[in-house]
Amino acid sequence: MANTRTAPSGTPTNVTQKHNQGGIGESTLRPDGTLKVTGEFAYSSDMWHEDMLWGQTLRSPVAHAEIESIDISEALAMPGVYSVLTYADLPAAMKNYGLEIQDTPVLANGRVRHHGEPIALVAADHPETARRAAAKIKIDFKELPVVTDEASALAEDAILIHEGRDDHHAGHVPHQNIVHRQPIVRGNAAEAAKKADVIVSGEYTFGMQDQAFLGPESGLAVPGEDGGVDLYVATQWLHSDLKQIAPVLGLPEEKVRMTLSGVGGAFGGREDISMQIHACLLALATNKPVKMVYNRFESFFGHVHRHPAKLWYEHGATKDGKITHMKCRIVLDGGAYASASPAVVGNASSLSVGPYVIDDVDIEAIALYTNNPPCGAMRGFGAVQACFAYEAQMDKLAAKLGMDPVEFRQLNAMEQGTVMPTGQVVDSPAPVAELLRRVKERPLPPERQWETAGEGADVRALPGGLSNTTHGEGVVRGVGYAVGIKNVGFSEGFDDYSTARVRLEVINGEPVAMVHTAMAEVGQGGVTVHAQIARTELGVTQVTIHPADTQVGSAGSTSASRQTYMTGGAVKNTCEAVREALLEMGRRKNGSYHPAWAHAELLLEGGKVVTDGGEVLADIADILEDEAIDLELEFRHRPTVPFDLVTGQGDGHVQYTFAAHRAVVEVDTELGLVKVVELATAQDVGKALNMLSVVGQIQGGTTQGLGVAVMEEIIVDPRTAKVRNPSFTDYLIPTILDTPTIPVDVLELADPNAPYGLRGLGEAPTLSSTPAVLAAIRQATGLELNKTPIRPEALTGTL
Amino acid sequence: MDFLRPASWEEALAAKAEYPTAVPIAGGTDIMVEINFDHRRPEYLLDLNRIELLREWEVGEEVTKLGASVPYTQIMENLRGTLPGLALASHTVASPQIRNRGGVGGNLGCASPAGDSHPALLAAGAEVEVESVRGSRLIPIDEFYTGVKRNALAADELIKTIHIKNATGPQQYSKVGTRNAMVIAVCGFGLALHPETRTVRTGIASAAPTPIRAKAAEEFLNAALEEGGFWDNGKVITPSIAKQFGDLASGACNPIDDVRGTAKYRRHAVGILARRQLVWTWEQYRGTNGRSFEGAA
Repeated sequence: MANTRTAPSGTPTNVTQKHNQGGIGESTLRPDGTLKVTGEFAYSSDMWHEDMLWGQTLRSPVAHAEIESIDISEALAMPGVYSVLTYADLPAAMKNYGLEIQDTPVLANGRVRHHGEPIALVAADHPETARRAAAKIKIDFKELPVVTDEASALAEDAILIHEGRDDHHAGHVPHQNIVHRQPIVRGNAAEAAKKADVIVSGEYTFGMQDQAFLGPESGLAVPGEDGGVDLYVATQWLHSDLKQIAPVLGLPEEKVRMTLSGVGGAFGGREDISMQIHACLLALATNKPVKMVYNRFESFFGHVHRHPAKLWYEHGATKDGKITHMKCRIVLDGGAYASASPAVVGNASSLSVGPYVIDDVDIEAIALYTNNPPCGAMRGFGAVQACFAYEAQMDKLAAKLGMDPVEFRQLNAMEQGTVMPTGQVVDSPAPVAELLRRVKERPLPPERQWETAGEGADVRALPGGLSNTTHGEGVVRGVGYAVGIKNVGFSEGFDDYSTARVRLEVINGEPVAMVHTAMAEVGQGGVTVHAQIARTELGVTQVTIHPADTQVGSAGSTSASRQTYMTGGAVKNTCEAVREALLEMGRRKNGSYHPAWAHAELLLEGGKVVTDGGEVLADIADILEDEAIDLELEFRHRPTVPFDLVTGQGDGHVQYTFAAHRAVVEVDTELGLVKVVELATAQDVGKALNMLSVVGQIQGGTTQGLGVAVMEEIIVDPRTAKVRNPSFTDYLIPTILDTPTIPVDVLELADPNAPYGLRGLGEAPTLSSTPAVLAAIRQATGLELNKTPIRPEALTGTL
Repeated sequence: MDFLRPASWEEALAAKAEYPTAVPIAGGTDIMVEINFDHRRPEYLLDLNRIELLREWEVGEEVTKLGASVPYTQIMENLRGTLPGLALASHTVASPQIRNRGGVGGNLGCASPAGDSHPALLAAGAEVEVESVRGSRLIPIDEFYTGVKRNALAADELIKTIHIKNATGPQQYSKVGTRNAMVIAVCGFGLALHPETRTVRTGIASAAPTPIRAKAAEEFLNAALEEGGFWDNGKVITPSIAKQFGDLASGACNPIDDVRGTAKYRRHAVGILARRQLVWTWEQYRGTNGRSFEGAA
């Protein structure tokens, strides 16, 4: 059967396939799990090609400067160097790229706008030669003043980071150093404030978090005989890369063939282009395969980070605990290039109210252009920063009212039917109060767990851990709660589709399904779930997952908690069409032998066609014989619309997802060190396709939220806009000793709009984990703590 | 970059004499990071891993002779009784993998103010045996650190053995980092009680350009213990003595503000650690009558 992009005629029967072995709902194991644990998995940095060269980037040592001259002669003269490229060597008219706004130069054009911006490329026969050659490129910079915050960005005489903007946000922003601005106004916050018996406000600061994936950016570009290029790379969205790569290479998209190679984590940090274009340019310039691998230092400059933010919030409430209104202003630092900033603004504003019913709101979110490192996608995407602030506000309100913080939240919790500030009705389960109830009712972990039967203290259970800083002195326990709301899928009218190709054929007498998508497996478990879906929908045991590449349609991004919903949905959708085609083939071949072919609901089970009564009609293998059914179909979620630029109204989101946390911490109040003892979580996932993966995602997201609560921050010098800690020596991420017990309570309340009723889940736990830890530390110390991550200095008055 | 691989100590000394700029490498846990970051481009690397004697130790009557390359893991596992402070400090070094490679010789060679073994060596009392083709000498630990990442070695000398006084009383080591494991010191503090001489010694890491002792704090405590007859009567240390000891330790610091912490915090934290360690060691001294000195942590 030929490939087709349109669904076959006839509506697929609305049959629910029964349980099939290894199908959805089972905790089948990851196909790459053992390889990864034993160190045998091939990551993108492990690739090798005969005669390959090594690419090296030369990056700007300063944040903002004009480039007065570049002298590559000495680098080029080095033995072993094959090519040195600068802006002048770019082959096409298109010299920029970008996810939404193409404002990022492939190589700097006369000006650098942030520390670490790429200026030149070197290809050499040894990585060390390439590094040394890059160091020999001489550049004269004329440094410019740096724009580093709202005041310097929006000053009347501020240097414009991008002059002559013509992007689609340029016309509506109040200042050209604002990437995008999204107000949301609903009800009348000023009027509603008059009904408030108490009003609380606060200014909150969220630090710059790094995705800190363990496998740095890397890939291999191999020039093709047709003048095109084959690119093997670790990314989050092959087709989005392709759209940005091909134009700057001056090649049609079909001449840039991309294959996903082993991805060592992503968390949003691989949504933007890193070394993809650079490696292709060098490969095409030298006509040799070129490999590029960033080290950790370069990786900190090679991808965008989570937007640092300043957030101002005001809430009011009546004496009986009902929230009257909310006003907020969120300023996100987008850094030098747009990346995903506009979409992050949309999320931050539309989710700024949190999972609460507040009818009267006045919201504004903006993202700035500055000379700080570019910021974009990271797990939680704008909702994280807001959650940190509104949850602090909830605790302040509860305290001022003398109410229990959980009961106060439950009293104001959103539920199915609640209207969002954007006017969108939450039309599927929103069990916010229930999630809070579940984490609250869990028994607290025992106190003073560091006390041992012998004389000494078990320092592993204490703040400071192995560093042996306390044996219990100064240690105070705190407990804090938080809950958050995140959207799933791409919002605001984006045509967010996924494609899946499924081929069913007989191999060695067995029916085998092959699932082919361009989905980037970045650790989320899509490769596991796709096989489960195919088994459930096609009743086969054997499923092959084809490598992800651009020979099949786009799978969209592995981000926004969307991949199981979207590409999982696409696999389900295509499998259903394949099943219909198989049954049609069965009716054609065998229909006359049994009346059930015409009348009964037919299912595929254990390699056979059966009636819903369980009677076997035929083996799948016997129906197919030597034919194959091979379909490629697109799958879409329900449409969304952009938020109105003045009122912020619009059904902008696809689905909402919720998680709650209770954090239990021990704080060494004298040294300002924190041990998180437990982070109990409850989350609604709609339907757990693979509980093992679900729990893993929730625990991982929770830990990433803990990281930005107590240690993770990229520190940028406000005087120079230079990054001060681009290494794992000084950018700390949690070790296993920093990771608490994370009991997970999973709810499965189906969303009728989603495949299998599932709810995207990867991001929500990252939201509430951070404010829960902060709330617990506040309870232990009595301090206000308006900035995350917490530094020991903030807890000890030694800033 | 040339890689020199001497098969014996004599060959190593000859190589170092011939190539004085050669950077010795054993575990490589500092050097390789510096090379990776391009902070250092040595002309020659002098690999000491083939030299067996550097991985040996010998516990004597009064002194333990510790080979420069004995990995931290070995110190933790085998020398907890005689060198409790150093064993505790070893336990705080990085990760198990790095503790299997790194040793005290590298810490001394790099002489970073943040090195974990320095406070323990300063507090215990130690001498560094260095050697060159010209001969060998013992450098007292108090004279070893000469500046930021600088030590008293001559260009042709290599660190061979560290002579550390065996504990005759309780010892402690703590460091502050913003993570509960695998963290570089924001600041560190070590304390050793020496009942045989009725003295105490201290060591501070990462709160001054070099590792230092808190001498005023030591002198104060020596006097206070003597005056109160504490060594004999084994009374509980009064809070005011502990506080003043902490304040004087804090005052010994000369820290900087950097990306890991503020100077103010470092001073504050060293004071807290000193106070706590005095209580821990003294309680242990009282409780055991000086029989067991393993770090209680």
